[in-house]
Amino acid sequence: MSGALPVLDRPLTRNVRADRSPTDMAAYEANGGYRGLRAALAMSAADCLQVLKDSNLRGRGGAGFPTGMKWSFVPMGDACSPGHKYLICNADEMEPGTFKDRLLMECDPHQLVEGMICAAYTLQADVAYIFIRAEYHKATRLLQEAIDACKAKGYLGDNILGSGYNLEMHVHSSAGRYICGEETALISSLEGKRANPRAKPPFPQVSGLWGRPTIVNNVETLCNVHHIIERGADWFQSLGLTADAGTKLYGVSGRVKNPGCWELPMGTPVREIIEEYAGGMEEGYQLRGFLPGGGSTDFLTVEHLDLAMDYDTIGKAGSRMGTGTMIILDDKTCPVGFVKNLTEFFAQESCGFCTPCRDGLPWSAQVLDDIEHGRGLPEDMDTLQRQVAFIGAIGNTHCALAPGAMEPIQSALKYFREDFERHIDGGSCPYCDGGNS
Amino acid sequence: MTDLIPVLSDEELREINAEIAHVPVPAAVAIDALKIVQAHRGWVSDESLQAIARHLEMSAEELEGVATFYNLIFRRPVGENVILLCNSISCWIKGCDKLQAKISAQLGIALGETTPDNRYTLLPVTCLGACDKAPVMMVGEELHENISEQGLGDVFGEDGG
Repeated sequence: MSGALPVLDRPLTRNVRADRSPTDMAAYEANGGYRGLRAALAMSAADCLQVLKDSNLRGRGGAGFPTGMKWSFVPMGDACSPGHKYLICNADEMEPGTFKDRLLMECDPHQLVEGMICAAYTLQADVAYIFIRAEYHKATRLLQEAIDACKAKGYLGDNILGSGYNLEMHVHSSAGRYICGEETALISSLEGKRANPRAKPPFPQVSGLWGRPTIVNNVETLCNVHHIIERGADWFQSLGLTADAGTKLYGVSGRVKNPGCWELPMGTPVREIIEEYAGGMEEGYQLRGFLPGGGSTDFLTVEHLDLAMDYDTIGKAGSRMGTGTMIILDDKTCPVGFVKNLTEFFAQESCGFCTPCRDGLPWSAQVLDDIEHGRGLPEDMDTLQRQVAFIGAIGNTHCALAPGAMEPIQSALKYFREDFERHIDGGSCPYCDGGNS
Repeated sequence: MTDLIPVLSDEELREINAEIAHVPVPAAVAIDALKIVQAHRGWVSDESLQAIARHLEMSAEELEGVATFYNLIFRRPVGENVILLCNSISCWIKGCDKLQAKISAQLGIALGETTPDNRYTLLPVTCLGACDKAPVMMVGEELHENISEQGLGDVFGEDGG
């Protein structure tokens, strides 16, 4: 066996075809589909939860919270008052620069449905929702078809495969608002209201949709569940290169030769993802920095390229792995314009409930717009720094939108300060010919 | 209220009632109902909004608060095809601002406007989740990837539609 390459185990994308055509029920089952469901139903809900806990699966939506622990706060059995329990899949993928859940849902819709049935069984939930963004028409249609096919096969509905367990599943197509990705805002939206996040506690596990116990998980997280139940916690741990277990869908966008999304072992080094999978930078462009996991994560730079892409390593470097989909800042794109674009996004998408977010983010966007267009003053640097301190402080707002919005600003001030100063000193954008501003 | 002429069609009512069947209170389907009516009529007029509110046993003001919160509920008429041009970060890096200027020049409309022949409305949209194919836009339900300025002619026709 010497010299043989290790066979990469890619459970999440094994049914993803090169042409990205969707896998239907027949093809899915022919490749081992719904074996995880049968494995789960043969176990107790408590045993399923234990496997999930042992696996060290962490939430793939961005926060990286341990999934098993999150689920363990849901009241079970007699501890739960009579009534519905809900599982919700957060398929409202809208974090700037993130394009992984679309791939999973468009290419292998049954994987998400099977993961959700196993998750719902573990939680003993009786109603499940897929909350999907309005623009994902194809995924919405494919998921509804997958649900219908499951009902016909007895994988959904009453007395699933003779187990006595009942589950109904619905697809809810949203109407477009980034804040719906925040789990309590999502719950408000699913109740037909404005998507304002709620104060916690109570946490959704105890009082969520309609005041009932509710779990909200990201698409990629749920796609892992039946694989873990079928193949075990040790198998899942063995997939990762570092302490964070499993595989991860990593993406790269920006001026690289081969932008894309790949399932790789958790903890794959940043350099390998950018240089080998994304093919390195386009001709004539140099890498200056990157957001590791979406628009609300701090910049890292060239010095961080050899870090492992996992929650703890990227966290210790001063950023967050977030969604794992990197956005590359090249040397011909203006860092001020880059951050301005993100800040305008967050200002627009604020739900408007908390003052620091509603009024603070447009203020930050205005200061950045002034600097970008050569109207900036030296004291604007202090203003931005003060905004980072106030708006970015956890606890000044209900949810993490405003603190997240400050992450690219605070790290841009740290790593690209001279660019801000050149705008202010020179009275114009030094990139305006080559960039997009 | 019974003497009012019903504004919602039988088909719209049937679809809305199917949603109401699996929620605790009718108002819970506010967003679904707005989307159903919009799918039939292209947008949500004041009359439609009032009819939906009445059917869902909620005030028109409350429903208006919901309708105006969401980016993709249209409270003004839109053209036959809504162009959703992604202006988030990966598309911005790849030149969506220049692309927007080109589309605006070609169709003769700014963001938020509709062509005089009512064929197109141009709107910005947040990250469409296809960043590896930036820049991207949707026309109706169809996603267009890796759009070049030259490629716009193929989408809208050489004469701009």
